[in-house]
Amino acid sequence: MKLKWDDNGIKSPLARARGLGSAKEGSDHWMKQRITAIANLPLMIWFVYSVVDLRGSSHAEFTSWLAEPLNAILAILMIISVFYHAVLGSQVIVEDYIHSEWFKTLKLIGTKLFFFGLAVACIFSILKIAL
Amino acid sequence: MADAPASKRERPLSPHIQVYKPQMTSVLSILHRATGVALAVGTLMVAWWLIAAATGPESYAIAQEFAETPFGTLMIFGWSVALFYHMSNGVRHMFWDLGYLFKIQNAYKAGYLVLLSTVLLTGGAWFCALNYTGDEAAPAISDRLVEAVIEEGTE
Repeated sequence: MKLKWDDNGIKSPLARARGLGSAKEGSDHWMKQRITAIANLPLMIWFVYSVVDLRGSSHAEFTSWLAEPLNAILAILMIISVFYHAVLGSQVIVEDYIHSEWFKTLKLIGTKLFFFGLAVACIFSILKIAL
Repeated sequence: MADAPASKRERPLSPHIQVYKPQMTSVLSILHRATGVALAVGTLMVAWWLIAAATGPESYAIAQEFAETPFGTLMIFGWSVALFYHMSNGVRHMFWDLGYLFKIQNAYKAGYLVLLSTVLLTGGAWFCALNYTGDEAAPAISDRLVEAVIEEGTE
């Protein structure tokens, strides 16, 4: 993410240059991918455990499970972390394999909007059930 | 071809993946990406499940029914394999990020460990799903699978 003071001279040239490659964001993408990966690990273990535990449950059983604050909070955290990780991963794949500039841009914007929309839909659904 | 504009001319390409024998390390690397894509697509199923539950019992029942069809169950199974693989290999990647497992034989050993862990985690999760149960749902799923296989055979 580009912050408004990145370009207007508050940073010294050395600070600007340090750690920034041709993508102008340094290790930002890489680090976000690792951080979401670390977060995903316990969240997905919880998710698999929950899915196994909830299999075959009725609508009433499922919604009352999701209405418990801990479950709703973990579910929202999982959605945020997993979707963020998916966006970062998709971005790398699009950048690696699509070489037409306008199609690449279209795909990048499309993937981001798609996952953002899906994440909002998931979080809204969780909140609607939980609140 | 010589008179074609430079940008349109067929350029020679360096030998690429087709000249290499598939190696365990490269195959696992490609699988990491492939399972990542599969999991990204699989989020659609999670979204469907949550949105259906928020919409009401009828739409929830449709999602539930789909999950219990042989095709739906197969999708969930494939998704679980992809998840456990991506998760195990992701841990292998974290070791690399920390500077470990760079010796060729260690990268290989960790690779086999990833495969073993994928099998064990997938097997464990499905064993629990099909055997330990607080209600009657689990035997129903395994019965339905057996029935589906028998139906396929008799058709």
